[in-house]
Amino acid sequence: MSKTDAPGLSTLDRPNSYIGRSVPRPNARRLAEGRGQYVDDVKLPRLTHVAFLRSPYAHARIKSIDTAAAAKSPGVIRIVTGREMKEVVTPWVGVLSHLKGMKSAPQYPLAVDRACWQGEAVCAVVAQTRAEAEDALPLIKVEWEELTPVTDAEAAATPGALVIHPELGDNIAFQRELAVGEPDAVFAAADVVVEETFTIGRHTGVTLEPRSILADYNKAEKQLTVYHSTQAPHMMQGIFAKHLGLPETNVRVICKDVGGAFGIKVHTYPDEVATVALAMMLGRPVKFIADRLESFVTDIHARDHVIKGRIALSKDGEIKAFAIDDVTGIGPYSVYPRTSGIEANQVVNLIGGPYKHKAYKARARVVFQNKTVMCQYRAVGHPIACAVTEGLVDLAARKLGMDPAELRRRNLIADDAYPYTAPPGLVFESLSHHRSLDKLLQLMDYKTLRQEQAEFRKRGIQRGIGLASFIEVTNPSAAFYGVGGARISAQDGCTIRLDPSGTITCAIGVTEQGQGTEAIVAQVAATAVGVPMERVRVITGDTEITPYGGGTWASRGAGIGGEATLQAGKNLRANILKVAGVMLQADPGTLDIRDGKIVDAGTGAERIPLEELGRVCYFRPDTLPKDLQPELMVTRHYVQKDFAFVFTNGIQASYVEVDTDTGFVKLLGHWCVEDCGTVINPQLVDEQIRGGVVQGIGAALFEHCVYDAQGQMRNANMADYLVPMAGEMPDIHVAHVETPTRSSELGAKGAGEAGTAGAPGAVMNAINDALSPFNARVAAQPFTPEIILKALGKA
Amino acid sequence: MNNEPIQITVTVNGERITRRVEPRQHLIDFLRSECELTGAHVGCEHGVCGACTVRVDGEIVRGCLFLAVQADGAKVDTIEGLSDSGEIADLQKAFVERNALQCGFCTPGMLITAADLLARNPAPSRDEIRAHLSGNYCRCTGYHAIVDAVEATGRARGGKPRGVKT
Repeated sequence: MSKTDAPGLSTLDRPNSYIGRSVPRPNARRLAEGRGQYVDDVKLPRLTHVAFLRSPYAHARIKSIDTAAAAKSPGVIRIVTGREMKEVVTPWVGVLSHLKGMKSAPQYPLAVDRACWQGEAVCAVVAQTRAEAEDALPLIKVEWEELTPVTDAEAAATPGALVIHPELGDNIAFQRELAVGEPDAVFAAADVVVEETFTIGRHTGVTLEPRSILADYNKAEKQLTVYHSTQAPHMMQGIFAKHLGLPETNVRVICKDVGGAFGIKVHTYPDEVATVALAMMLGRPVKFIADRLESFVTDIHARDHVIKGRIALSKDGEIKAFAIDDVTGIGPYSVYPRTSGIEANQVVNLIGGPYKHKAYKARARVVFQNKTVMCQYRAVGHPIACAVTEGLVDLAARKLGMDPAELRRRNLIADDAYPYTAPPGLVFESLSHHRSLDKLLQLMDYKTLRQEQAEFRKRGIQRGIGLASFIEVTNPSAAFYGVGGARISAQDGCTIRLDPSGTITCAIGVTEQGQGTEAIVAQVAATAVGVPMERVRVITGDTEITPYGGGTWASRGAGIGGEATLQAGKNLRANILKVAGVMLQADPGTLDIRDGKIVDAGTGAERIPLEELGRVCYFRPDTLPKDLQPELMVTRHYVQKDFAFVFTNGIQASYVEVDTDTGFVKLLGHWCVEDCGTVINPQLVDEQIRGGVVQGIGAALFEHCVYDAQGQMRNANMADYLVPMAGEMPDIHVAHVETPTRSSELGAKGAGEAGTAGAPGAVMNAINDALSPFNARVAAQPFTPEIILKALGKA
Repeated sequence: MNNEPIQITVTVNGERITRRVEPRQHLIDFLRSECELTGAHVGCEHGVCGACTVRVDGEIVRGCLFLAVQADGAKVDTIEGLSDSGEIADLQKAFVERNALQCGFCTPGMLITAADLLARNPAPSRDEIRAHLSGNYCRCTGYHAIVDAVEATGRARGGKPRGVKT
């Protein structure tokens, strides 16, 4: 970990700047001492607990529900069916108007007449303890009529397939087609065309803290308070208000510590809405903590794409075109309010992203099926687009007999070609593919590694090197969701205040799930005002306290929240200096704030400490001129309007050894070079990358929601669903190129998804490099020993 | 099923606590709800994730695979007790400085497991650290920083194991 000096940002390149410094997170010690407060740690008077009866079938009609015996079970307070719940909650439909033609069916908190996936909540039992609620579940008698489940996405998309929601006409939730630069003609004329079908398995988030919610309703004040493990408190405030019929101001969402989110906790979950509705029905607090078994079948799943991909090149290795045909299964409903169409849309947008080809053809079909719902999870679309693109590039390199690094060098968009408009119409402000590639090859010592690989190969040991360039969507504008009609804020605000004793309090709309949001806000605030970081306190996650904002998703925390903080901090600093100028009878332009003191800007000599200015402003304003009103609390908002998204870029490399007898893959090393613009805290960025890489490796090698033809998930527990553990993971080497965005003064882009975006493609290419002597290759994630042995003709 | 409560006395973080508990209650639920010690977390309830790791008579156990009644007469240490006593203060400091935790949900279990390793083997290799921690799931960090923090703590202890309080 190298400490970098502050980059040359004029307003931030100040004495005592915290920008670019690896300071520890102020909230980490509390968590390390077990003093975090997650939703399940919150207890309220008269607390009740809810457990849900869930459908054992992927598709079944509910003929009747008899709750009489369950109601007599000890501790049971209330049992509510879907029919009763329907009377107090309005249904939601997960569509966005800018995803043209998108459709979905109304969804209720509890299934009303029909369950559409295994795990869908059907009936709620509220009891004094969770154990008592669970005790009552088997006593509920449901008369089911099994319906034919529609599970295979490709089959579900075929005309004549059984339609899950007959009123929609077919099972196609959304479809997008694109053709740019006469792709058919380019493919027909190309020297080399390579194609492959890639399968990206369905996996899920497995946040260590399961989904958690505690709702309390005060009937006298009509006030709903929801303690929620969520990424987007204001979005959820709006959703609860709308669907439970409350004024927005009567709903307060409090988000304390969140035990991991990764996109899992940014959606509307029926059982969570049901919990809130139950609190309103009972007028007392109700807690729902998903257990691990229900997490597996109710947390959103991710990916589940089958993509036919093609690449066209000239014989000297110039990439001419990409083409894809993607089909993805999203479960029976498009998830509200972000929809389940975004991932396929991103795949279409991101395929071929790092390269300078001009022709591109794409089709994506988003299909309903009777499985758990699919929606946005860390790096939405990116790992798919990256694996397909980079898989095709490596196949082409092999066919051309060219080194994969060299083929990339010939085709990556030049570092001086920006702004650059990619075939799907996206504008890249400024990327650094070539600098990143050079840095990566140096970091991993590519040449030596290739020699080592060749030496091992002579001894019959199969090692492989895989590269994967990528682009990443960060700092989204309202073009992501707002323009489609979703009440999801692309803007965030920061309220910053000088307290009488010279300390700083920031309240901000972006949220913390462990990334270090609060740390970077504190770093930016301390820098902008001119105080030691220990004097800054950051408040997040409370709709009643923080400015309205979007929360943390799509790698926007640092870029959007950081800029709002910078602008608020600068304005507070100016306000403080204005007062100081009067107090000291000096031109404010000759003064500065450094290390918590007003100083002479030229000499650095201390004039007065901030606590003295605070004392005078708050307690002795009578000593200030009558026309001077100190404004020591400032709010500033920021929304990125220059681009749909501020893209980042990077490249990863994986080095693996494949045991060709067992099919096991050993990860020997992993490298990532990425460019997230201004690096506020190098250590936090590196750890975002490392954590993201391992999440991507999990998808590449282990994680898979395995379904049978009846729509039953066969491995819905942590013993059978494999996640990356410490023993199998490699050390991960991270380096940066810094190309600050000019869309903000801070210049920070996002970094939260880069690791996950590139890792599966790099690992796949490394495995295929190792398998190349056998003329074998894999393209179906996860690359389990079975998949690899099959490729080798051994299973 | 006989759910008649049974009286147990457990010394939790040095305090003798007597409660009547259902025989089916797990130690983690006893600690979290009866003792109001919420530092250890419930992650999977089937012994895989390690979030509920606590120490019983000096040995690390999964609080979700251990019944409260089994702890009758035992000494139980949780992250709260270990924090108060300062026993693992250096390890906690290393975790914070190295950012070896993000969301913090796995961290109490991870720290107790890592402390167990360092007590047995004060200078573990990175592979040994990874092997010992391989029953503790962390979704956030990718483990690299955790391995760094444990390695650094062992080195700073100069290879001399600290006594384990039981």
